Amino acid sequence: MTTPFSLDFAATPTTSLAGSVDDALEKYFGPLADWLADVVFYSVPVFGTEVPLIVTWLVICGMFFTIWLKFLNVRGMKHAVDLVRGKYTPADAQGEVTHFQALATALSSTVGLGNIAGVAVAITIGGPGAAFWMVFAGFVGMSTKMAECMLAVKYRHVREDGTVSGGPMYYLRDGLAELGFARIGKFLAVAWAAFMMIAALGTNAFQANQATQQLVGVSGDGSLGAWLDANRWAVGVAMAVLAAAVIIGGIKSIARVTSVMVPFMAVLYVLACLTVLLTHLADIPGAIGEIVTGAFSPEGVAGGAVGALIVGFQRATFSNSAGVGDAPIAHSVVKTNRPPTEGFVASLEPFVDTIIVCSMTAMTIVVTGTWKGSDVADVSGITLTSRSFESVVGWFPYVLAVAVLLFAFSTILSNSYYGMKGFGYLFGDRAKPEMVYKGVFLCFTVIGAASALGPVILFADSVFFLLALVNVIGLYFLARVVRREFTNYWRDLHSGDIREVGEISETGGRVGASER
Amino acid sequence: MESVLVGVDRSDGSRRALAFALKRAQVNKWSITIGHVINWSRYSFPIGEDNEVRPVQRRAEIEAARAEIIEPLVSWAEAENLRGDVEITVDIRHGRPSEVLATIADERGHDVIVVGRKGDSDLRVAIFGSTANRLAQHATVPVVVVP
Repeated sequence: MTTPFSLDFAATPTTSLAGSVDDALEKYFGPLADWLADVVFYSVPVFGTEVPLIVTWLVICGMFFTIWLKFLNVRGMKHAVDLVRGKYTPADAQGEVTHFQALATALSSTVGLGNIAGVAVAITIGGPGAAFWMVFAGFVGMSTKMAECMLAVKYRHVREDGTVSGGPMYYLRDGLAELGFARIGKFLAVAWAAFMMIAALGTNAFQANQATQQLVGVSGDGSLGAWLDANRWAVGVAMAVLAAAVIIGGIKSIARVTSVMVPFMAVLYVLACLTVLLTHLADIPGAIGEIVTGAFSPEGVAGGAVGALIVGFQRATFSNSAGVGDAPIAHSVVKTNRPPTEGFVASLEPFVDTIIVCSMTAMTIVVTGTWKGSDVADVSGITLTSRSFESVVGWFPYVLAVAVLLFAFSTILSNSYYGMKGFGYLFGDRAKPEMVYKGVFLCFTVIGAASALGPVILFADSVFFLLALVNVIGLYFLARVVRREFTNYWRDLHSGDIREVGEISETGGRVGASER
Repeated sequence: MESVLVGVDRSDGSRRALAFALKRAQVNKWSITIGHVINWSRYSFPIGEDNEVRPVQRRAEIEAARAEIIEPLVSWAEAENLRGDVEITVDIRHGRPSEVLATIADERGHDVIVVGRKGDSDLRVAIFGSTANRLAQHATVPVVVVP
């Protein structure tokens, strides 16, 4: 079923042209990834373990905003759900981008392989306890998302023709300028846009890599499987061609179909996890026990509790991207007069992504015990998750392969969009250079599929965290603005100035009459 | 003065509904609002690029509905000498037709809603329901369904 996956392609005797392509990519791409990771994940020793500063950076930010907003991520949850259900959508927003749609768009880029493969990677390295820390990071990540997405709406840029553009580059530039730090803001905005361009390439490579891995895994040890294994780049090319049809060919219908299928696939995935959990009902309390005790006193984990914590935090960030700043681009286009509304809605994103979906994956892996396998160090994340399902439903890896391809493809598409936004901010909308960027982007889809997991994950993680570095500095600068906005909104909501649509106001008419 | 809301779409039933309403409006000195609802759901899964241009797209959809549905309908009514001196206003919105028509009637204080019957097959109605049926359930004013 699963092909043992070696990180060293030179060990696979391939004489074909494809093999040499693989080797070349590995040879030239690996060292670059290593160098970048050394820079980004600069570590300091804590309790005898190397702790990368950048990983704690994000969680500290999440904890800060959770306390700074007095646990509004919890207090505002019901309100967030009401907003998504459209209870506060005024009539003039009919036909515009709703809270639900903005959240759905953001989620389709967030729910990806981080939720399936990333969790497995975390548990392989950090034991079940890593899952606990992932959930913790997801929880505080809700507050980070609240802050960044509120800012993205507040400082968004509406062009003359009415099209909307928002994201960290705008709140870093304009938000900091309002506070009198125009030069720092400008610098951070440019840096963020540049890193987004690169991070999009990295994420794209990672998604292609894991999707290919699962595809090779399910195609078996027959001639097809062997051929695919030796020619992983071909899978990458296939994905790149499809992606090219959308981002170069402008065939948006492919993207639209994908975006509709993703949520259904996500629901199917969660149902599959529940199926596995149902067959292991007796093991659930034990698994929860393992996750909780493993968080504080893990056995056989490099670096002990700190090691589990670090890997959990790292994977959680990679999964829900709180503090990274890519999702605010998707959230910024919502139709609302009050930026905090989208903040509340955005807080549901890490909740769904990390607290629900990642926990499901983690429970599935822990109850089935697949993470204790003898060769877990040698298999990739996705293979481990796949095995957990296989142990209960033999044919499920095939469904997982479809889901993974779909998630990967949708994340690749949304990242091309985010990358282009970064590009557009730096260079304007110029067709020729844009084409070059798109070409490079598609090359990375192929590289990701062909190259080994190690360097790809390293590279993707490194650039991803660079975004967070820049974005979070801006969030600290704007922390006062964030609190003021949320405090005022919360006050108005509870004093009755903001009402649900359809309630009758004192003047007798319905609230939220349309503009005419 | 009484006023009537006529819900219209691309179907032939809309002409019959408008004709029915105009005849009575002329006799009774009623005013008429032609309401059209562009099918739209707040629960869809759009892509980033689409969201970005949504405000522009929305205006374009409203203009297209005005040019392709409302204006031909009014010119047809004038050509058939049905219009007379009836005052006509237009209201185009997005949403679920049955719900939004009921809302328009509430907001503008119409006394009655007139819609045309689509003539869908029983099977279609059984599966998808019909706007007229749903409207009759939702509306706070009488609904006239013109066959």
